[in-house]
Amino acid sequence: MKKIFAYPRALSPKRTHYCPGCTHGVIHRLVAEAIDDLGIQERTVGIAPVGCAVLAYEYFDVDFQEAAHGRAPAVATGVKRVHPEAIVFSYQGDGDLASIGMAEIIHAATRGENITVIFVNNTVYGMTGGQMAPTTLPGQKTTTSPYGRDTATVGYPIRVCELLATLDGPSYLERVSVHDPKHIIKAGQAIKKAFAQQVAGKGFSLVEVLSSCPTNWGMTPEKALACVKEKLIPYYPLGVFRAPEGGDRS
Amino acid sequence: MKGNEALAEGAIRAGCRYFFGYPITPQNEIPEYMARRMPQVDGVFLQAESEVSAINMVYGAGGAGGRVLTSSSGPGISLKQEGISYIAGAQIPCVIVNVARGGPGLGGLNPSQSDYFQATKGGGHGDYHLLVFAPGTAQEMVDLIELAFDKAEEYRNPVMILSDAIMGQMMEPVVLPEMRTVSADKPWATTGKNGRSKPNVINSLGIVSEDLEKINIELQDKYKRMAAAEVRYEVDGVDDADLVVVAYGTSSRVVSSAITQLRQAGKKVGLFRPITLWPFPGQALADLAAVGKRFLVVEMSAGQMVEDVILSVNDRFKVEFFGKLNGTVPTVREVYDRITAVLSKGGEE
Repeated sequence: MKKIFAYPRALSPKRTHYCPGCTHGVIHRLVAEAIDDLGIQERTVGIAPVGCAVLAYEYFDVDFQEAAHGRAPAVATGVKRVHPEAIVFSYQGDGDLASIGMAEIIHAATRGENITVIFVNNTVYGMTGGQMAPTTLPGQKTTTSPYGRDTATVGYPIRVCELLATLDGPSYLERVSVHDPKHIIKAGQAIKKAFAQQVAGKGFSLVEVLSSCPTNWGMTPEKALACVKEKLIPYYPLGVFRAPEGGDRS
Repeated sequence: MKGNEALAEGAIRAGCRYFFGYPITPQNEIPEYMARRMPQVDGVFLQAESEVSAINMVYGAGGAGGRVLTSSSGPGISLKQEGISYIAGAQIPCVIVNVARGGPGLGGLNPSQSDYFQATKGGGHGDYHLLVFAPGTAQEMVDLIELAFDKAEEYRNPVMILSDAIMGQMMEPVVLPEMRTVSADKPWATTGKNGRSKPNVINSLGIVSEDLEKINIELQDKYKRMAAAEVRYEVDGVDDADLVVVAYGTSSRVVSSAITQLRQAGKKVGLFRPITLWPFPGQALADLAAVGKRFLVVEMSAGQMVEDVILSVNDRFKVEFFGKLNGTVPTVREVYDRITAVLSKGGEE
Protein backbone atom coordinates (compact mmCIF):
# COMPACT_ATOMS: atom_id res chain seq x y z
CA MET A 1 0.00 0.00 0.00
CA LYS A 2 1.31 3.47 -0.84
CA LYS A 3 1.63 6.10 1.86
CA ILE A 4 -0.13 9.20 0.65
CA PHE A 5 -0.03 11.39 3.72
CA ALA A 6 2.77 11.88 6.24
CA TYR A 7 4.15 14.38 8.69
CA PRO A 8 6.61 16.62 6.79
CA ARG A 9 10.26 15.72 7.47
CA ALA A 10 11.23 19.40 7.62
CA LEU A 11 8.78 19.98 10.47
CA SER A 12 9.82 19.03 14.00
CA PRO A 13 7.21 16.90 15.82
CA LYS A 14 6.51 19.50 18.49
CA ARG A 15 3.44 21.17 19.92
CA THR A 16 3.48 24.83 18.87
CA HIS A 17 2.80 27.87 21.04
CA TYR A 18 0.34 29.31 18.52
CA CYS A 19 -3.20 30.18 19.64
CA PRO A 20 -6.09 27.87 18.75
CA GLY A 21 -7.31 28.65 15.26
CA CYS A 22 -4.13 30.49 14.24
CA THR A 23 -3.05 29.86 10.67
CA HIS A 24 0.71 29.89 11.37
CA GLY A 25 0.53 26.11 11.86
CA VAL A 26 -0.92 25.63 8.38
CA ILE A 27 1.68 27.95 6.85
CA HIS A 28 4.53 26.23 8.69
CA ARG A 29 3.34 22.96 7.25
CA LEU A 30 3.16 24.37 3.73
CA VAL A 31 6.73 25.64 4.03
CA ALA A 32 7.91 22.26 5.37
CA GLU A 33 6.14 20.42 2.54
CA ALA A 34 7.79 22.68 -0.05
CA ILE A 35 11.20 21.96 1.52
CA ASP A 36 10.46 18.23 1.48
CA ASP A 37 9.17 18.23 -2.10
CA LEU A 38 12.25 20.04 -3.37
CA GLY A 39 14.60 17.82 -1.34
CA ILE A 40 16.43 20.80 0.16
CA GLN A 41 16.06 20.16 3.92
CA GLU A 42 19.77 19.45 4.41
CA ARG A 43 20.83 22.78 2.89
CA THR A 44 18.05 25.06 4.12
CA VAL A 45 18.62 27.87 6.62
CA GLY A 46 15.62 29.70 8.04
CA ILE A 47 15.55 33.17 9.53
CA ALA A 48 12.97 33.71 12.28
CA PRO A 49 11.41 37.14 12.90
CA VAL A 50 10.38 38.95 16.04
CA GLY A 51 6.66 38.43 16.40
CA CYS A 52 4.44 35.39 16.75
CA ALA A 53 6.82 33.27 14.68
CA VAL A 54 9.83 34.18 16.83
CA LEU A 55 10.07 30.53 17.88
CA ALA A 56 9.86 29.20 14.31
CA TYR A 57 13.31 27.66 14.84
CA GLU A 58 11.68 25.27 17.32
CA TYR A 59 9.27 23.93 14.72
CA PHE A 60 11.39 23.41 11.61
CA ASP A 61 14.03 20.71 11.41
CA VAL A 62 16.49 22.95 9.55
CA ASP A 63 19.26 25.33 10.63
CA PHE A 64 17.91 28.65 11.88
CA GLN A 65 19.01 32.10 12.89
CA GLU A 66 16.72 34.31 14.96
CA ALA A 67 16.85 37.93 13.76
CA ALA A 68 16.13 41.26 15.41
CA HIS A 69 12.75 42.85 14.67
CA GLY A 70 12.46 43.51 10.93
CA ARG A 71 16.05 42.55 10.13
CA ALA A 72 15.46 39.04 8.80
CA PRO A 73 16.13 39.94 5.12
CA ALA A 74 19.51 41.46 6.09
CA VAL A 75 20.41 38.41 8.18
CA ALA A 76 19.29 36.15 5.32
CA THR A 77 21.52 38.17 2.99
CA GLY A 78 24.52 37.60 5.26
CA VAL A 79 23.92 33.83 5.40
CA LYS A 80 23.28 33.57 1.65
CA ARG A 81 26.43 35.51 0.75
CA VAL A 82 28.56 33.12 2.80
CA HIS A 83 26.76 29.99 1.54
CA PRO A 84 25.31 30.70 -1.92
CA GLU A 85 24.46 26.99 -2.24
CA ALA A 86 22.25 27.10 0.88
CA ILE A 87 18.52 27.73 0.53
CA VAL A 88 17.76 30.67 2.80
CA PHE A 89 14.28 31.82 3.74
CA SER A 90 12.87 34.35 6.15
CA TYR A 91 9.46 33.95 7.78
CA GLN A 92 8.06 37.32 8.82
CA GLY A 93 4.86 38.95 9.98
CA ASP A 94 3.41 42.26 8.85
CA GLY A 95 4.69 44.40 11.73
CA ASP A 96 8.14 42.92 11.33
CA LEU A 97 8.31 43.16 7.54
CA ALA A 98 6.11 46.10 6.57
CA SER A 99 6.81 48.46 9.48
CA ILE A 100 10.14 48.26 11.29
CA GLY A 101 11.70 46.13 8.56
CA MET A 102 10.50 48.02 5.50
CA ALA A 103 13.99 49.15 4.49
CA GLU A 104 15.40 45.65 4.79
CA ILE A 105 12.70 44.00 2.68
CA ILE A 106 12.73 46.64 -0.07
CA HIS A 107 16.48 46.54 -0.44
CA ALA A 108 16.72 42.75 -0.33
CA ALA A 109 14.05 42.74 -3.06
CA THR A 110 15.70 45.38 -5.22
CA ARG A 111 19.07 43.62 -4.94
CA GLY A 112 17.33 40.54 -6.26
CA GLU A 113 18.85 38.75 -3.29
CA ASN A 114 18.43 35.04 -4.00
CA ILE A 115 16.35 34.32 -0.91
CA THR A 116 12.72 33.39 -0.25
CA VAL A 117 10.45 35.40 2.02
CA ILE A 118 7.27 34.01 3.57
CA PHE A 119 5.29 37.08 4.57
CA VAL A 120 2.37 36.37 6.88
CA ASN A 121 -0.13 39.22 6.86
CA ASN A 122 -2.79 39.07 9.57
CA THR A 123 -3.21 42.88 9.86
CA VAL A 124 -2.12 43.10 13.51
CA TYR A 125 0.87 42.79 15.82
CA GLY A 126 -0.06 39.42 17.27
CA MET A 127 2.67 38.61 19.78
CA THR A 128 2.48 41.97 21.56
CA GLY A 129 -1.28 41.80 21.97
CA GLY A 130 -3.01 43.06 18.86
CA GLN A 131 -1.72 46.55 18.15
CA MET A 132 -2.26 48.38 14.86
CA ALA A 133 0.03 47.25 12.05
CA PRO A 134 0.86 48.97 8.75
CA THR A 135 -1.51 46.44 7.20
CA THR A 136 -4.46 47.08 9.56
CA LEU A 137 -7.54 47.79 7.46
CA PRO A 138 -9.25 51.21 7.47
CA GLY A 139 -11.71 51.26 10.36
CA GLN A 140 -10.29 48.08 11.90
CA LYS A 141 -10.21 48.15 15.71
CA THR A 142 -6.98 47.19 17.44
CA THR A 143 -5.58 47.94 20.90
CA THR A 144 -3.80 51.03 19.53
CA SER A 145 -6.62 52.03 17.19
CA PRO A 146 -9.47 51.44 19.66
CA TYR A 147 -11.89 53.59 17.64
CA GLY A 148 -10.93 51.93 14.39
CA ARG A 149 -8.03 52.82 12.09
CA ASP A 150 -8.62 56.46 11.16
CA THR A 151 -6.95 56.98 7.80
CA ALA A 152 -7.14 60.77 8.26
CA THR A 153 -4.65 60.61 11.14
CA VAL A 154 -2.68 57.38 10.69
CA GLY A 155 -2.88 56.87 6.95
CA TYR A 156 -3.56 53.82 4.87
CA PRO A 157 -2.53 50.16 4.87
CA ILE A 158 0.50 49.14 2.81
CA ARG A 159 0.11 46.59 0.04
CA VAL A 160 3.51 44.94 0.11
CA CYS A 161 3.30 42.86 -3.07
CA GLU A 162 2.15 45.84 -5.12
CA LEU A 163 4.92 47.97 -3.63
CA LEU A 164 7.64 45.42 -4.34
CA ALA A 165 6.26 44.89 -7.85
CA THR A 166 7.44 48.41 -8.73
CA LEU A 167 11.03 47.12 -8.42
CA ASP A 168 13.04 45.29 -11.06
CA GLY A 169 14.78 43.03 -8.52
CA PRO A 170 12.15 40.47 -7.48
CA SER A 171 11.73 37.33 -9.57
CA TYR A 172 8.47 36.15 -8.06
CA LEU A 173 5.77 37.85 -5.98
CA GLU A 174 2.41 36.32 -5.17
CA ARG A 175 -0.32 36.93 -2.62
CA VAL A 176 -2.26 33.91 -1.40
CA SER A 177 -4.67 33.11 1.41
CA VAL A 178 -5.19 30.18 3.76
CA HIS A 179 -8.84 30.72 4.67
CA ASP A 180 -10.14 27.50 3.09
CA PRO A 181 -8.73 24.20 1.75
CA LYS A 182 -8.82 25.30 -1.87
CA HIS A 183 -6.76 28.39 -1.10
CA ILE A 184 -4.43 26.45 1.18
CA ILE A 185 -3.56 24.16 -1.72
CA LYS A 186 -2.89 27.21 -3.90
CA ALA A 187 -0.80 28.78 -1.17
CA GLY A 188 1.27 25.60 -0.92
CA GLN A 189 1.90 25.68 -4.65
CA ALA A 190 3.01 29.31 -4.46
CA ILE A 191 5.38 28.65 -1.56
CA LYS A 192 6.92 25.71 -3.39
CA LYS A 193 7.29 27.86 -6.52
CA ALA A 194 9.03 30.55 -4.46
CA PHE A 195 11.59 28.07 -3.10
CA ALA A 196 12.03 26.59 -6.59
CA GLN A 197 12.92 30.06 -7.85
CA GLN A 198 15.73 30.23 -5.34
CA VAL A 199 16.92 26.70 -6.11
CA ALA A 200 17.11 27.72 -9.78
CA GLY A 201 19.09 30.84 -8.85
CA LYS A 202 16.42 33.19 -10.14
CA GLY A 203 16.61 35.67 -7.28
CA PHE A 204 14.28 37.23 -4.74
CA SER A 205 10.90 35.53 -4.22
CA LEU A 206 8.17 36.49 -1.77
CA VAL A 207 4.81 34.94 -0.98
CA GLU A 208 2.40 37.04 1.05
CA VAL A 209 -0.02 34.83 2.95
CA LEU A 210 -3.26 36.42 4.17
CA SER A 211 -3.78 34.96 7.57
CA SER A 212 -6.21 35.20 10.47
CA CYS A 213 -5.67 36.15 14.10
CA PRO A 214 -8.75 34.97 16.01
CA THR A 215 -7.28 35.95 19.38
CA ASN A 216 -6.53 39.56 18.58
CA TRP A 217 -9.44 40.02 16.21
CA GLY A 218 -11.72 38.81 19.02
CA MET A 219 -13.40 36.22 16.81
CA THR A 220 -13.90 32.50 16.69
CA PRO A 221 -11.46 30.77 14.30
CA GLU A 222 -14.33 30.16 11.86
CA LYS A 223 -15.44 33.78 11.86
CA ALA A 224 -11.85 34.94 11.51
CA LEU A 225 -11.40 32.83 8.38
CA ALA A 226 -14.61 34.29 6.97
CA CYS A 227 -13.22 37.72 7.73
CA VAL A 228 -10.10 36.96 5.66
CA LYS A 229 -12.36 36.15 2.74
CA GLU A 230 -14.79 39.04 3.17
CA LYS A 231 -12.58 41.88 4.43
CA LEU A 232 -8.92 41.14 3.70
CA ILE A 233 -9.07 39.76 0.19
CA PRO A 234 -11.06 42.75 -1.19
CA TYR A 235 -8.33 45.10 0.13
CA TYR A 236 -5.42 42.76 -0.60
CA PRO A 237 -6.32 41.08 -3.90
CA LEU A 238 -4.88 37.61 -4.43
CA GLY A 239 -2.70 36.99 -7.42
CA VAL A 240 0.72 36.97 -9.02
CA PHE A 241 2.45 40.34 -8.98
CA ARG A 242 5.65 39.15 -10.61
CA ALA A 243 5.49 35.96 -12.61
CA PRO A 244 8.37 33.49 -12.24
CA GLU A 245 8.70 33.27 -16.00
CA GLY A 246 9.72 36.90 -16.01
CA GLY A 247 8.49 39.80 -18.04
CA ASP A 248 5.30 40.31 -16.03
CA ARG A 249 5.28 43.71 -14.40
CA SER A 250 1.58 43.77 -13.53
CA MET B 1 49.54 53.27 3.78
CA LYS B 2 46.65 55.19 5.26
CA GLY B 3 45.58 53.68 8.56
CA ASN B 4 42.15 52.80 7.19
CA GLU B 5 43.63 51.04 4.15
CA ALA B 6 46.24 49.25 6.23
CA LEU B 7 43.44 47.94 8.40
CA ALA B 8 41.43 46.84 5.34
CA GLU B 9 44.36 44.99 3.74
CA GLY B 10 45.25 43.54 7.12
CA ALA B 11 41.71 42.18 7.37
CA ILE B 12 41.93 40.58 3.91
CA ARG B 13 45.25 38.96 4.79
CA ALA B 14 43.76 37.71 8.05
CA GLY B 15 41.25 35.79 5.95
CA CYS B 16 38.30 38.17 6.10
CA ARG B 17 36.15 37.56 3.01
CA TYR B 18 32.92 39.36 3.89
CA PHE B 19 32.42 43.07 4.35
CA PHE B 20 29.11 44.85 4.88
CA GLY B 21 29.08 48.59 5.45
CA TYR B 22 27.57 51.97 4.82
CA PRO B 23 29.25 55.27 3.86
CA ILE B 24 30.22 57.61 6.67
CA THR B 25 33.24 59.89 7.09
CA PRO B 26 36.01 59.36 8.27
CA GLN B 27 35.96 55.61 7.56
CA ASN B 28 35.11 55.64 3.83
CA GLU B 29 38.55 54.37 2.79
CA ILE B 30 37.70 51.01 4.37
CA PRO B 31 34.57 50.18 2.33
CA GLU B 32 36.11 51.74 -0.78
CA TYR B 33 39.20 49.58 -0.38
CA MET B 34 37.05 46.51 0.23
CA ALA B 35 34.92 47.26 -2.85
CA ARG B 36 38.09 47.07 -4.97
CA ARG B 37 39.82 44.27 -3.11
CA MET B 38 37.13 41.71 -2.22
CA PRO B 39 36.37 40.68 -5.84
CA GLN B 40 40.12 39.99 -6.32
CA VAL B 41 40.07 37.40 -3.51
CA ASP B 42 36.61 35.90 -4.26
CA GLY B 43 35.21 37.73 -1.27
CA VAL B 44 31.98 39.65 -0.80
CA PHE B 45 31.68 43.40 -0.51
CA LEU B 46 28.15 44.68 -0.08
CA GLN B 47 27.09 48.26 0.57
CA ALA B 48 24.03 47.89 2.77
CA GLU B 49 21.00 50.19 2.73
CA SER B 50 21.72 51.28 6.30
CA GLU B 51 24.05 50.76 9.24
CA VAL B 52 21.28 48.69 10.79
CA SER B 53 21.15 46.36 7.81
CA ALA B 54 24.93 46.19 7.58
CA ILE B 55 25.31 44.91 11.12
CA ASN B 56 22.48 42.41 10.61
CA MET B 57 24.19 41.13 7.46
CA VAL B 58 27.27 40.73 9.68
CA TYR B 59 25.13 38.73 12.12
CA GLY B 60 23.96 36.48 9.27
CA ALA B 61 27.39 36.06 7.71
CA GLY B 62 29.13 35.52 11.06
CA GLY B 63 26.43 33.05 12.07
CA ALA B 64 27.01 31.20 8.81
CA GLY B 65 30.68 30.87 9.76
CA GLY B 66 32.29 33.62 7.64
CA ARG B 67 35.11 35.94 8.74
CA VAL B 68 33.18 39.16 8.55
CA LEU B 69 33.97 42.83 9.05
CA THR B 70 32.02 46.05 9.21
CA SER B 71 33.26 49.57 9.81
CA SER B 72 31.65 52.87 10.63
CA SER B 73 32.01 55.99 12.74
CA GLY B 74 30.17 57.24 15.86
CA PRO B 75 26.68 57.97 14.50
CA GLY B 76 26.74 54.76 12.48
CA ILE B 77 28.07 52.74 15.39
CA SER B 78 25.12 54.03 17.45
CA LEU B 79 22.77 52.63 14.80
CA LYS B 80 24.57 49.30 14.87
CA GLN B 81 24.14 48.85 18.62
CA GLU B 82 20.94 46.81 18.32
CA GLY B 83 22.70 44.32 16.08
CA ILE B 84 25.86 44.29 18.20
CA SER B 85 23.77 43.37 21.25
CA TYR B 86 22.14 40.49 19.33
CA ILE B 87 25.53 39.32 18.05
CA ALA B 88 26.99 39.41 21.56
CA GLY B 89 23.93 37.58 22.94
CA ALA B 90 24.04 34.94 20.21
CA GLN B 91 27.84 34.63 20.61
CA ILE B 92 28.75 35.19 16.99
CA PRO B 93 32.30 36.19 16.01
CA CYS B 94 32.78 39.35 13.96
CA VAL B 95 34.90 42.49 13.92
CA ILE B 96 33.51 46.02 14.08
CA VAL B 97 35.68 49.07 13.42
CA ASN B 98 34.81 52.51 14.81
CA VAL B 99 36.85 55.24 13.13
CA ALA B 100 35.65 57.66 15.76
CA ARG B 101 34.68 61.27 15.19
CA GLY B 102 33.36 63.95 17.50
CA GLY B 103 29.83 63.80 18.94
CA PRO B 104 27.19 63.91 20.29
CA GLY B 105 24.59 63.89 17.54
CA LEU B 106 25.89 64.51 14.07
CA GLY B 107 29.00 65.94 15.71
CA GLY B 108 31.91 66.59 13.40
CA LEU B 109 34.40 64.78 11.21
CA ASN B 110 37.45 65.39 13.36
CA PRO B 111 39.09 62.77 15.57
CA SER B 112 37.68 62.10 19.00
CA GLN B 113 37.84 59.58 21.80
CA SER B 114 34.37 60.27 23.10
CA ASP B 115 33.05 56.84 22.05
CA TYR B 116 35.05 55.11 24.80
CA PHE B 117 32.01 54.55 27.02
CA GLN B 118 29.98 53.25 24.08
CA ALA B 119 32.75 50.81 23.12
CA THR B 120 33.71 49.54 26.56
CA LYS B 121 30.54 49.72 28.64
CA GLY B 122 28.20 47.82 26.35
CA GLY B 123 26.69 50.34 23.96
CA GLY B 124 23.57 48.34 23.27
CA HIS B 125 21.05 46.75 25.64
CA GLY B 126 21.87 44.00 28.09
CA ASP B 127 24.89 42.76 30.06
CA TYR B 128 27.60 42.18 27.49
CA HIS B 129 31.12 43.16 26.56
CA LEU B 130 33.08 43.46 23.39
CA LEU B 131 36.80 42.89 23.28
CA VAL B 132 38.01 46.41 22.41
CA PHE B 133 41.38 47.10 20.79
CA ALA B 134 42.84 50.61 20.44
CA PRO B 135 45.61 50.75 17.83
CA GLY B 136 48.27 53.42 18.15
CA THR B 137 50.00 53.10 14.75
CA ALA B 138 49.11 52.01 11.21
CA GLN B 139 51.19 48.89 11.88
CA GLU B 140 49.04 48.16 14.90
CA MET B 141 45.95 48.53 12.73
CA VAL B 142 47.29 45.60 10.70
CA ASP B 143 48.44 43.56 13.69
CA LEU B 144 45.34 44.11 15.80
CA ILE B 145 42.84 43.43 13.03
CA GLU B 146 44.34 39.97 12.57
CA LEU B 147 44.33 39.37 16.31
CA ALA B 148 40.76 40.67 16.43
CA PHE B 149 39.51 38.01 13.99
CA ASP B 150 41.33 35.25 15.82
CA LYS B 151 40.05 36.36 19.22
CA ALA B 152 36.50 36.85 17.88
CA GLU B 153 36.46 33.21 16.79
CA GLU B 154 38.28 31.92 19.86
CA TYR B 155 35.68 33.44 22.19
CA ARG B 156 32.74 33.56 19.76
CA ASN B 157 32.42 37.23 20.64
CA PRO B 158 32.30 40.48 18.65
CA VAL B 159 35.56 42.45 18.75
CA MET B 160 35.75 46.20 18.24
CA ILE B 161 38.68 48.20 16.92
CA LEU B 162 38.36 51.70 18.37
CA SER B 163 40.30 53.91 16.02
CA ASP B 164 39.73 57.59 15.21
CA ALA B 165 39.85 60.03 12.31
CA ILE B 166 43.60 60.63 12.68
CA MET B 167 44.52 56.97 13.05
CA GLY B 168 42.39 56.26 9.97
CA GLN B 169 43.70 59.05 7.77
CA MET B 170 47.36 59.17 8.81
CA MET B 171 49.89 57.55 6.46
CA GLU B 172 52.68 55.38 7.85
CA PRO B 173 54.80 52.53 6.49
CA VAL B 174 53.49 49.08 7.41
CA VAL B 175 54.71 45.52 7.09
CA LEU B 176 51.87 43.34 5.90
CA PRO B 177 51.62 39.67 6.89
CA GLU B 178 51.30 36.82 4.41
CA MET B 179 47.83 35.98 3.13
CA ARG B 180 46.09 33.48 5.39
CA THR B 181 43.37 31.06 4.43
CA VAL B 182 40.79 30.31 7.08
CA SER B 183 37.94 27.87 6.91
CA ALA B 184 34.33 28.98 7.28
CA ASP B 185 33.64 25.49 8.70
CA LYS B 186 32.40 25.84 12.23
CA PRO B 187 30.39 23.14 14.00
CA TRP B 188 27.82 25.64 15.29
CA ALA B 189 27.32 27.65 12.08
CA THR B 190 24.09 27.88 10.09
CA THR B 191 25.16 26.16 6.90
CA GLY B 192 22.22 23.85 6.39
CA LYS B 193 22.23 20.55 8.32
CA ASN B 194 24.21 18.70 5.63
CA GLY B 195 23.78 15.38 7.39
CA ARG B 196 23.97 16.69 10.95
CA SER B 197 21.38 15.00 13.18
CA LYS B 198 20.28 18.22 14.88
CA PRO B 199 19.78 21.66 13.33
CA ASN B 200 22.06 24.48 14.40
CA VAL B 201 20.08 27.35 15.91
CA ILE B 202 21.56 30.78 16.51
CA ASN B 203 19.58 33.11 18.73
CA SER B 204 19.69 35.30 21.79
CA LEU B 205 16.21 34.55 23.11
CA GLY B 206 15.64 33.32 26.64
CA ILE B 207 11.90 33.61 27.22
CA VAL B 208 12.02 31.50 30.38
CA SER B 209 13.85 33.58 32.98
CA GLU B 210 15.91 30.64 34.24
CA ASP B 211 17.08 30.03 30.66
CA LEU B 212 18.06 33.67 30.26
CA GLU B 213 19.90 33.55 33.55
CA LYS B 214 21.82 30.52 32.32
CA ILE B 215 22.75 32.33 29.10
CA ASN B 216 23.95 35.33 31.09
CA ILE B 217 25.99 33.22 33.52
CA GLU B 218 27.66 31.61 30.53
CA LEU B 219 28.38 35.04 29.02
CA GLN B 220 29.79 36.41 32.27
CA ASP B 221 32.02 33.35 32.66
CA LYS B 222 33.35 34.02 29.19
CA TYR B 223 33.97 37.70 29.97
CA LYS B 224 35.90 36.65 33.08
CA ARG B 225 38.09 34.39 30.96
CA MET B 226 38.63 37.23 28.49
CA ALA B 227 39.45 39.68 31.27
CA ALA B 228 42.02 37.25 32.69
CA ALA B 229 43.72 36.41 29.41
CA GLU B 230 43.39 39.31 27.01
CA VAL B 231 44.67 42.44 28.78
CA ARG B 232 47.20 44.25 26.59
CA TYR B 233 49.09 47.44 27.23
CA GLU B 234 52.43 49.06 26.62
CA VAL B 235 54.59 50.97 29.11
CA ASP B 236 57.47 53.28 28.43
CA GLY B 237 59.67 54.66 31.19
CA VAL B 238 57.27 54.07 34.09
CA ASP B 239 59.74 52.38 36.45
CA ASP B 240 61.48 55.55 37.64
CA ALA B 241 58.58 57.87 36.82
CA ASP B 242 57.06 60.28 39.32
CA LEU B 243 54.10 60.66 37.01
CA VAL B 244 52.56 58.06 34.69
CA VAL B 245 50.54 59.48 31.81
CA VAL B 246 47.75 57.18 30.66
CA ALA B 247 46.60 57.59 27.06
CA TYR B 248 45.59 55.41 24.10
CA GLY B 249 45.42 55.79 20.33
CA THR B 250 46.04 59.26 18.90
CA SER B 251 46.45 60.99 22.26
CA SER B 252 49.09 58.46 23.31
CA ARG B 253 51.20 59.58 20.37
CA VAL B 254 51.00 63.23 21.38
CA VAL B 255 51.78 62.24 24.97
CA SER B 256 54.72 60.14 23.80
CA SER B 257 56.25 63.14 21.99
CA ALA B 258 55.76 65.37 25.05
CA ILE B 259 57.30 62.75 27.33
CA THR B 260 60.38 62.43 25.11
CA GLN B 261 60.95 66.19 25.45
CA LEU B 262 60.29 66.12 29.19
CA ARG B 263 62.71 63.28 29.81
CA GLN B 264 65.36 65.15 27.83
CA ALA B 265 64.69 67.99 30.28
CA GLY B 266 65.31 65.57 33.15
CA LYS B 267 61.69 65.03 34.24
CA LYS B 268 60.69 61.54 35.35
CA VAL B 269 57.54 60.89 33.34
CA GLY B 270 56.33 57.59 31.87
CA LEU B 271 53.65 56.49 29.42
CA PHE B 272 51.07 53.80 30.06
CA ARG B 273 49.19 52.96 26.88
CA PRO B 274 46.21 50.59 27.10
CA ILE B 275 45.93 48.51 23.91
CA THR B 276 42.83 46.68 25.12
CA LEU B 277 40.25 49.13 26.43
CA TRP B 278 38.10 46.18 27.44
CA PRO B 279 39.38 44.31 29.29
CA PHE B 280 40.99 47.40 30.81
CA PRO B 281 44.52 46.95 32.19
CA GLY B 282 43.38 48.00 35.65
CA GLN B 283 45.55 45.61 37.67
CA ALA B 284 48.73 46.94 36.06
CA LEU B 285 47.68 50.49 36.99
CA ALA B 286 46.79 49.38 40.51
CA ASP B 287 50.25 47.84 40.84
CA LEU B 288 51.85 51.14 39.80
CA ALA B 289 49.65 53.03 42.26
CA ALA B 290 50.76 50.63 45.00
CA VAL B 291 54.37 51.72 44.51
CA GLY B 292 53.37 55.36 44.81
CA LYS B 293 52.91 56.50 41.22
CA ARG B 294 50.62 59.40 40.36
CA PHE B 295 48.67 59.50 37.13
CA LEU B 296 47.60 61.95 34.47
CA VAL B 297 44.98 60.72 32.00
CA VAL B 298 44.96 62.44 28.61
CA GLU B 299 41.94 61.89 26.37
CA MET B 300 40.25 63.54 23.42
CA SER B 301 37.00 63.62 25.39
CA ALA B 302 35.47 65.21 28.48
CA GLY B 303 36.84 62.31 30.49
CA GLN B 304 35.75 58.73 29.92
CA MET B 305 38.71 56.36 30.31
CA VAL B 306 39.71 58.39 33.37
CA GLU B 307 36.80 56.75 35.22
CA ASP B 308 38.36 53.32 34.66
CA VAL B 309 41.73 54.62 35.80
CA ILE B 310 40.22 56.00 39.03
CA LEU B 311 38.36 52.72 39.59
CA SER B 312 41.58 50.77 39.06
CA VAL B 313 43.76 52.98 41.23
CA ASN B 314 40.99 53.34 43.80
CA ASP B 315 42.28 56.78 44.82
CA ARG B 316 40.86 59.69 42.89
CA PHE B 317 43.39 62.07 44.40
CA LYS B 318 46.18 60.27 42.60
CA VAL B 319 44.56 60.82 39.19
CA GLU B 320 44.62 64.06 37.20
CA PHE B 321 42.82 64.55 33.92
CA PHE B 322 43.49 66.55 30.79
CA GLY B 323 40.87 66.36 28.04
CA LYS B 324 40.36 68.03 24.71
CA LEU B 325 36.76 68.23 23.68
CA ASN B 326 35.40 66.73 20.54
CA GLY B 327 37.21 67.31 17.33
CA THR B 328 40.41 68.82 18.64
CA VAL B 329 43.69 67.05 19.28
CA PRO B 330 45.95 68.21 22.11
CA THR B 331 49.25 69.67 20.94
CA VAL B 332 52.55 68.39 22.27
CA ARG B 333 53.04 71.82 23.87
CA GLU B 334 49.71 71.63 25.72
CA VAL B 335 50.45 68.17 27.07
CA TYR B 336 54.00 69.21 27.96
CA ASP B 337 52.72 72.21 29.91
CA ARG B 338 50.03 70.20 31.67
CA ILE B 339 52.48 67.50 32.73
CA THR B 340 54.85 70.18 34.00
CA ALA B 341 52.02 71.80 35.98
CA VAL B 342 51.00 68.48 37.54
CA LEU B 343 54.61 67.67 38.43
CA SER B 344 55.07 71.05 40.09
CA LYS B 345 51.99 70.43 42.25
CA GLY B 346 54.03 67.76 44.00
CA GLY B 347 52.91 64.52 45.54
CA GLU B 348 50.31 64.20 48.27
CA GLU B 349 47.59 66.80 48.40
